[in-house]
Amino acid sequence: MSILVDSNTKVVCQGFTGSQGTFHSEQAIEYGTNMVGGVTPGKGGLIHLGLPVFDTMQEAVDNTGAETSVIYVPAPFCKDAILEAAEADIRLIVCITEGIPILDMIAVKAKCDELGVCLIGPNCPGIITPEQCKIGIMPGYIHLPGKVGIVSRSGTLTYEAVKQTTDHGYGQSSCVGIGGDPIPGSSFIDILGMFEKDPQTEAIVMIGEIGGTSEEEAAAFIKENVSKPVVAYIAGVTAPAGKRMGHAGAIISGGKGTADEKFEALNDAGVITVRSLTEIGAGLAKTGNW
Amino acid sequence: MNLHEYQAKQLFADYGLPVSKGVVVDDVDKVAAAVKKIGGKKWMVKAQVHAGGRGKAGGVKLADSVEDVRGFAEQWLGKNLITYQTDATGQPVNRILVEACTNISQELYLGAVVDRSSSRIVFMASMEGGVEIEKVAVETPEKILKAPIDPIMGPHSSQGRKLALGLGLEGDQIKQFIELFLGLAKLFQDLDLSLLEINPLVITTEGNFECLDGKIIIDSNALYRQPKLKKMMDPSQDDEREVLAAQWDLNYVALDGNIGCMVNGAGLAMGTMDIIKTHGGKPANFLDVGGGTTKDKVTEAFKIILSDENVVTVLVNIFGGIVRCDLIAEGVIGAVQEVGVQVPVVVRLEGNNSELGREVLENSGFNIVVASSLSEAAELSVALAEDA
Repeated sequence: MSILVDSNTKVVCQGFTGSQGTFHSEQAIEYGTNMVGGVTPGKGGLIHLGLPVFDTMQEAVDNTGAETSVIYVPAPFCKDAILEAAEADIRLIVCITEGIPILDMIAVKAKCDELGVCLIGPNCPGIITPEQCKIGIMPGYIHLPGKVGIVSRSGTLTYEAVKQTTDHGYGQSSCVGIGGDPIPGSSFIDILGMFEKDPQTEAIVMIGEIGGTSEEEAAAFIKENVSKPVVAYIAGVTAPAGKRMGHAGAIISGGKGTADEKFEALNDAGVITVRSLTEIGAGLAKTGNW
Repeated sequence: MNLHEYQAKQLFADYGLPVSKGVVVDDVDKVAAAVKKIGGKKWMVKAQVHAGGRGKAGGVKLADSVEDVRGFAEQWLGKNLITYQTDATGQPVNRILVEACTNISQELYLGAVVDRSSSRIVFMASMEGGVEIEKVAVETPEKILKAPIDPIMGPHSSQGRKLALGLGLEGDQIKQFIELFLGLAKLFQDLDLSLLEINPLVITTEGNFECLDGKIIIDSNALYRQPKLKKMMDPSQDDEREVLAAQWDLNYVALDGNIGCMVNGAGLAMGTMDIIKTHGGKPANFLDVGGGTTKDKVTEAFKIILSDENVVTVLVNIFGGIVRCDLIAEGVIGAVQEVGVQVPVVVRLEGNNSELGREVLENSGFNIVVASSLSEAAELSVALAEDA
């Protein structure tokens, strides 16, 4: 078992023939992901990377039976791409693109929630279930099938956590990058709930950042709903107040959303917190019989 | 992207919202004409900087003669204003806003932000206007009234009415407030704002509303579709190195330590700063080189990091991911060579082909120390910084 994706997941790529779509689709196919086609408006009928290209998502869904899409289109066109996928009955949309206007995301999230579509991202590395399905830009080879579910707001920090769980031999059930934007499609809570229900996942690693209150909300959720051990790391203890740190998610203001507050809320919920990102593996070692 | 008060007020006026009559001046010699144009006998003069807390810092003044206005302009134009919201050097004052004086009977607070928890634009209003609004939010949150904007339905009059009644407004003021609320919500959505604040929003002695201050932040991701707003950008208000970094698609924030940092990914960059601190060192900056770690980008990143005179060593932390580490290593060496880096550089490379990458770095002949783990890299750079 895993969450969200496995070897049966049929994936359509939006922005398939562009440079990002091409590069990462090639990598995904090589990894063994069940890519079934792609969409680039105006290029329908072509064959790209050995797969059919469609003009619209509806055609792609009708012809391939895909229920999952991955989006690499440029930010100004993402709102349209996500809505098109949602309206074509795609159930899981993974949006990798960064830099989407925040008001576009507010509208898109409302629509996805209304239709019951799961949106992951934007501004994220994607989702992977090791040796089954890789959707996104993460390096496949660092992963190992196993027992730890990883959920993170940051791309490269996810890779650090993955590497440590691989080096310790625990491996990963699935890894989900929810992205660093202020309005993510899915929150920590959404993914934590899935890991809690997944029999393969024995422990969870959660990686947060300063800014916003999603880690505090996750802590409250864990306290009530998660029985599996959770190890958490929050980046940005040393970030100065009021400075913007690149991720829109990392805006800190008025004493809310500081790393210390997040650590406190997580500790209070029984989460094992680590103060250095190099200690994630060691934190997991503490959680029980491996 | 931040706007100045005078720019925010221009936008309010464009949307038919009440603002004082004002003229912005960038030269002392333009003061007399500005004052004449506004008329009256008293004027508010306000230094235009991207920071709050101007009043307490002496950047806002009531002037009762042309000489007084001129004196204020002479005092501030070309100087830096330091407030509790700026850093120690302050923000340069290049413009002064001269406004007609408003007779205030009551000060309110009205703001709107994108609320992450509810994924909505949320309007906030309070009777407790003025400088202590943050204290009000912490101590008596019930005094802040909220109205979320439905992304599909948009704002509606009844929300404005509810806020107005909650604020204790009566008669014509309720009508005025509803119009203000609807106008600001439209402005927020039309112009891709991420923050809007009017503090204070005042009721004049004549009983009318007026936006006495205006703070607007535009969503930078949306600037491509807001060409008019893009022209309002004032780079003089931003750190010079941060502006330069942005031109190269680098995210740089200057800090006060002595260990320069170059990392790929914002989260990992913050994590790296945290580790330096854990090992007793102080990071000189936050720098995210982003995804495509090319020689050109690394070269520019080195130039920016080293333009900070406090930097005595540089820690490069790259998790290669899909890009091959030996290519990244060559990029780092090329950059060190081109920039003529004098300080020791500690490199931690992880990912695809990392062993080959480390080998390339070790054999480069430059002052590059290769670390086998992130902890080791932090220890090494802290030790080098202490010895420097």
